Amino acid sequence: MSNPGLNGHPTLDEWIAIKADGRIAVKTGKVDIGQRISTALAMIAAEELDVPVDRIDVIRTVTGEAPDEGITSGSNSMMESGVAVRLAAATARRHMLAQAAEQLDVDIDSLDVEDGLIQSRNTNRSVRYEEIQGDKLFEVDVNPDTDTKSPEAHRIVGGKIAPLDLSEIVTGEYRFLHDVKVPGMLHARVVRPPHYEARLVSVDADATERLRESGMDIVQDGSFLAVAGRDEFAVIRAAERLFGACAWNTGPGLVEADIYESLASNTRESRPVESDGVPQDKPVTPLADPPKSATATLEARYDKPYHAHGSMGPSAGFALRTESGLEVKSHSQGVYFLRSAIAEALDMDEDTVRIEHMPGAGCYGHNGADDAAFDAALIACALPGHPILLKWTREEEHSWAPYATAMSMKLRGSLDADGKVLDWNHESYGDTFMMRPRSGPNRAGAARLLSGRYRDDPPPKFVAGPTMGRHVGIHRNLDPLYDFPQKRLVKNLVRDLPLRTSALRTLGAFANIFAIECFMDELAEVAGVDPVTFRLNHLTDPRAREVIEAATSRLDVSTPPEGRGRGVGFAQYKNLKAYAAVAVELEVTNAAEIVLHRAVLAGDAGEIVDRDGLAAQYDGGFLQAASWAMAEQVTWDRDGITSRDWETYPILGFENVPELETVLIERPGVPFLGAGEAVSGPSGAAIANAIYSATGLRLRRMPFTPDALRAAAMDA
Amino acid sequence: MDCYTLTVNGEVREIAGDEATPLVFVLRNDLDLIGAKLGCGLEQCGACAVLVDGEATLCCNRPAGEFAGKQITTVEALSEDTEGAAVQVAFIAEGAAQCGYCTAGLVVAATALLKKTPKPDRQEIASGLEDHLCRCGSHARVIRAIERASETLAHV
Repeated sequence: MSNPGLNGHPTLDEWIAIKADGRIAVKTGKVDIGQRISTALAMIAAEELDVPVDRIDVIRTVTGEAPDEGITSGSNSMMESGVAVRLAAATARRHMLAQAAEQLDVDIDSLDVEDGLIQSRNTNRSVRYEEIQGDKLFEVDVNPDTDTKSPEAHRIVGGKIAPLDLSEIVTGEYRFLHDVKVPGMLHARVVRPPHYEARLVSVDADATERLRESGMDIVQDGSFLAVAGRDEFAVIRAAERLFGACAWNTGPGLVEADIYESLASNTRESRPVESDGVPQDKPVTPLADPPKSATATLEARYDKPYHAHGSMGPSAGFALRTESGLEVKSHSQGVYFLRSAIAEALDMDEDTVRIEHMPGAGCYGHNGADDAAFDAALIACALPGHPILLKWTREEEHSWAPYATAMSMKLRGSLDADGKVLDWNHESYGDTFMMRPRSGPNRAGAARLLSGRYRDDPPPKFVAGPTMGRHVGIHRNLDPLYDFPQKRLVKNLVRDLPLRTSALRTLGAFANIFAIECFMDELAEVAGVDPVTFRLNHLTDPRAREVIEAATSRLDVSTPPEGRGRGVGFAQYKNLKAYAAVAVELEVTNAAEIVLHRAVLAGDAGEIVDRDGLAAQYDGGFLQAASWAMAEQVTWDRDGITSRDWETYPILGFENVPELETVLIERPGVPFLGAGEAVSGPSGAAIANAIYSATGLRLRRMPFTPDALRAAAMDA
Repeated sequence: MDCYTLTVNGEVREIAGDEATPLVFVLRNDLDLIGAKLGCGLEQCGACAVLVDGEATLCCNRPAGEFAGKQITTVEALSEDTEGAAVQVAFIAEGAAQCGYCTAGLVVAATALLKKTPKPDRQEIASGLEDHLCRCGSHARVIRAIERASETLAHV
């Protein structure tokens, strides 16, 4: 199977280095954002090389030094970097064994490795990896066909280990980008306009003069305005004063129309989705009447608001303009793409820009990280020689980082006399998810970086076209895995929507799976079949069936206890990554609040590497999705975003945490399936279905707040 | 410029700077104690929690000068504390963090909780963490870690 990382970086030295002190460096283009990819990669390398995990150093991704593996997204890392590192480590082992056989004058098949010591079973001669290979280049290619260990021989892979770095995290010693401290460093803050459409008219000269006299540097380029100084809190206060000294042209402000009206009525680009999730460049066939043989036809529309990434740490960026180039530290998920965009925006040669990944708070997609790196770069270029650590404020992170688009999903389904789905229609409407920074054409690199649009001579507005890749964007998981004889699937990229959008964990899959899995329950009820049987009646994929049975055998959704409701949700992420089934038990109180009691999460992610890390992706994905479903929505008016902090954008807290049971299906020896986003969609749907089970109220619009529940009860 | 003293992790520290600066900046920038995080500056998320005379306290928006004469303990010193060390070990055992940005604040809150309530029930754990947010969804693991630490401490 072709591996994108190995295609671009075929040589072993690009992936693995044996150090003279016996430590082993593993290089990867995938960055750790809390999903524990570095722990999984260390386990894979340690397994193939027969060394303990603590001898592996997973090197942080730096442009020009690490393999370019694109963006750490889409639940691709295990299938890409995981496979590449496994093949590289197996090649390295084989290469060192061959040399050891020669050196020890023994047959290669007589050699065993224990903790990096290569020993012959026939003689007592031995040699260590570092004696053969320490600080030397391998100068061979990774062999994509090399034998890797059989699953029965695994001692590390599939086990449970403490995540790398966790011992430093719990003692507070772990350094995030936000904690960087270098001599001469200036802290910086940006002074943002009141909202997207506002532009700077003038800054009061006396005020800026006073700030300069107090030691602050002020950087202005068009409507991009920032302040830098030695003392971080003084900089924060200076930025507040500077904002007060600005005159803004706020223009007409943001469009306030009901977002679901806009999704339904604005101009849009529509594409039929066929061939297992691939949009087609041809006209959409109009919706025909239901088949004549249909015994029942249902229609429903489901809605999901804009969601924020809501990283716990506001985004940060570090930059230093040197004589020869630009040094950047960023918690971006794609340092190579970011480099191309920054170089283009600053008109620099890409080779003179170096970006090092450093950890930030969990981002779950394209949050403010890339923008903050560019902000720091702009300030650094105005103040060459000064290291700049720029941090966004909480308000900036909530109101300027890209959001996941609001979406509407219109479904229509028909049943035959046997209670099987005869015809399935699903149209999704939303804005783009595809605004991550990358260079060109037509200065799109600058246009996709937030502050690029506020400088003098801004680039033309970049308008993303409909993405046509398989399950990429609005149409992710639009195509259900169920066996339906007739499907009509349409993605609608809606224009002129008010808010800035880009990638958030799962892209369109969260909304699409919410709609599909709720609609399956609605159809099941009409068919008079229980929700689990109805799903199984339409699923031949044995792995899909197994996760549904694993979840619902532990939490039987057809028999909720008195006063409570139970619901199920299922999907295979992108129809080709990890499988997830979720069964939820909840209660709706007299105050119309949802209390989550239990959730069983069943997952099949192929071969399990980091058992606890995988379970954590399911656990965390469920709780985050519960928060999206029950609590969250971005709000705004003509004067700008009004959900600007944790009070105006509430998320799930510690008061509503169910008993979580995560069941992982064992699949030794089968390919890894990316799991970081698998459980989100099924979780949102399972909660909606459980609310229906508890109350008889079918909530088709998130979030499921007490107000929404009361409104639904009034309409019922 | 003001000059004042703070007692941090058992040591008296001279601080040269504005007493109105919130404590979190003084800890992080002047004393290089980076465990307490700046998450919101609004006392809404809990990432900045430290112990002040044994109470979990948010310090991102309160002037450092207000803490003069009090015992400030940051997460860095908790490995020397009976409850703190048990909490740290339990967080590792339960894998109770993903990105880790909120973790130090949670370790501080959990330590304060167990000092006051050695055997907290689920309700008491939830109230002990009510000032804290986590975005990765480690909540269930954090709760289990606190229960594990409580059990460990009962057998000390």
